[in-house]
Amino acid sequence: MTTASITAKSPVAPRKPWKATKAELIPVVGALALAAFLDVVVVAVTPMKGKLAYALLFFIFAAGLQMALKWRNLGRRAAIDSLAGSVAIAGAAIAFTPVLSLLATTVIKGAKGLYPGFFIHDMSVANYQSPLNQGGVVQAIVGTLYLIVLATAISLPLSVLTALYLTEIRGKASGFIQFLVQAMSGIPSVVAGIFIYSALLLTTSLRGSTIMAALALAILMIPTVTRTAQEVLLLVPEDLREAGLALGATQWKTVATIVVPAARNGLITAVILGVARIAGETAPLLFTLGVSNKINWNPFSGGQSALPYYVWSGLGDGTELGIDRAWSGILVLLMLVLTLFVVARIFGTRKVKIK
Amino acid sequence: MSYSSLLILAAIGGFLAFRGFGAFKENGLGFITHAEWSSLVGDNGKEISSFGLGAMITGTLIISSIALVIGVPLSVLTALYLTFYAPERLRRLLVTVVDLMASFPSILYGIWGFIVLSPMATYWAKLIFKYLGWIPFLSVPTPAFDRSPFLAGIVLSIMIIPIVTSVSREIFAQTPLERIQAAYALGATRWGMIRAVALPFGASGVVGGAMLGLGRALGETVAVYSVLNIVFKINWHVLYGYGGNIASMIVQKFGEASFTEKKALLAAGFVLFVMTLLVNMVANTVVSRAVKSGK
Repeated sequence: MTTASITAKSPVAPRKPWKATKAELIPVVGALALAAFLDVVVVAVTPMKGKLAYALLFFIFAAGLQMALKWRNLGRRAAIDSLAGSVAIAGAAIAFTPVLSLLATTVIKGAKGLYPGFFIHDMSVANYQSPLNQGGVVQAIVGTLYLIVLATAISLPLSVLTALYLTEIRGKASGFIQFLVQAMSGIPSVVAGIFIYSALLLTTSLRGSTIMAALALAILMIPTVTRTAQEVLLLVPEDLREAGLALGATQWKTVATIVVPAARNGLITAVILGVARIAGETAPLLFTLGVSNKINWNPFSGGQSALPYYVWSGLGDGTELGIDRAWSGILVLLMLVLTLFVVARIFGTRKVKIK
Repeated sequence: MSYSSLLILAAIGGFLAFRGFGAFKENGLGFITHAEWSSLVGDNGKEISSFGLGAMITGTLIISSIALVIGVPLSVLTALYLTFYAPERLRRLLVTVVDLMASFPSILYGIWGFIVLSPMATYWAKLIFKYLGWIPFLSVPTPAFDRSPFLAGIVLSIMIIPIVTSVSREIFAQTPLERIQAAYALGATRWGMIRAVALPFGASGVVGGAMLGLGRALGETVAVYSVLNIVFKINWHVLYGYGGNIASMIVQKFGEASFTEKKALLAAGFVLFVMTLLVNMVANTVVSRAVKSGK
């Protein structure tokens, strides 16, 4: 093959003139080291103390020294450019610090209460103040799975049909419907909860149950699924639709046998993103779910538990053990959300398949 | 089927307004302006109640503004960093992290804010009070800094960073390449290019993103409930240890509310629904216009 000679390793290293040479890097690294040194010295000498002082002073020194360096070599405009770069980096660093802290604390604090029984036992014999090797979240896991399945079953048909209307039929009302879907995505979760409460529970003999909570969650899920589904349907090549129509299929047949199967992976992503959106919702559950400390297999009557509700109760309990339990619950919930997130990514990055 | 969203929105507005109608009628305009919320059973067995959302509405606006003041600049800087500074690989990773942040459950932010952030925020509040206490709204009547609107505002600012960042980043990424190259060709530095090309181009998108963030901040329930000391008094001192938020007050009062009070809470829900709906509608219009003009 002729390509072999091209892919063979060239004895000449490729040149990258935009990359900083070692000579150019030395002052930069030196300035950072000097900034760190000054930082430690100033914190030690002056009454300023704490992580905040370290971070702030390091930023001032590092940015200042880089600026001075640029000013000397390249002039005022380069110095301002360097300052802007430092500020952007600092802003991004501050914005991303909470993520690290969130993940680290959840794992560290949550791991304390995890033991194999945590996934097998329910809370019918233990309470929030029991030692951490008693009781568990199995009822909450079952409840959350129930909620996910029911909310998906309710919202999926509505969402996909709305998305199909917006992308395939493109009727007169598309603009208006699009506007409504966007408006719906801004509904606060607590409003969804009290809506179901006021409509179905306040004046009737019905009590909170899985299906009620699933209805509230479905309201929150519809806009997410619709918008993602719409995006993936738009990715299906127009040629496919034209080909279907040219073969004499009706629009309905084209959509059902060509467009939807072609966008299958994307639609799965849409559902998973919708599920990730609702899996951790707490506020609607407070009005609609009822209470249960053991597994309730019947979704239509009787209270139910769910992972966010377990965390909420642990936090509300306020004791040290209760809060430890809440951390363990949130760790399980976070693992669920992360798994969904990764799965959605995997499906989402696959290209539209055409067989 | 596609009209289901209209149906749901109308049903939400309709039911909440219908159930809450009594509270609106009884308290009149005072339902929005008065700060008192009480429901007592009098000697004659009749319920004497007075419901006013004034403190909660101001509280919601205060903590949302704090969230915007802290969150939006950080988000814009992050978006600029991601679009114009970060190396390709790091950028892809961080964009994923931003999406991930958006999918964290709000109760996680709540418990983290309560356990981890709260002591830090109290310390920062003390520092701010020490050096900037002469500014009226940064003063406090007595040194009580725990569970303040300031803390709730920080938690909310972290929660709105993902949405504001991703909307801003999307807009910045659409900056026409030829304008960027023109700026560089004229000798602009990177910052010069950002100031002359990217920021003017992305400004409306950033505003829209900030408003979407505001919509999220207005309706946040669980995270605020976990960190804020909810008291029915208007509090302008942002560092001082009590405040209000409509959404979390509904959760707080609902458990032991009487039938009349529940109806008043549903009316409060209606107010919140209308507020967020308006903000989101304006925000979506701004964002979609910005995105269209970018194409």
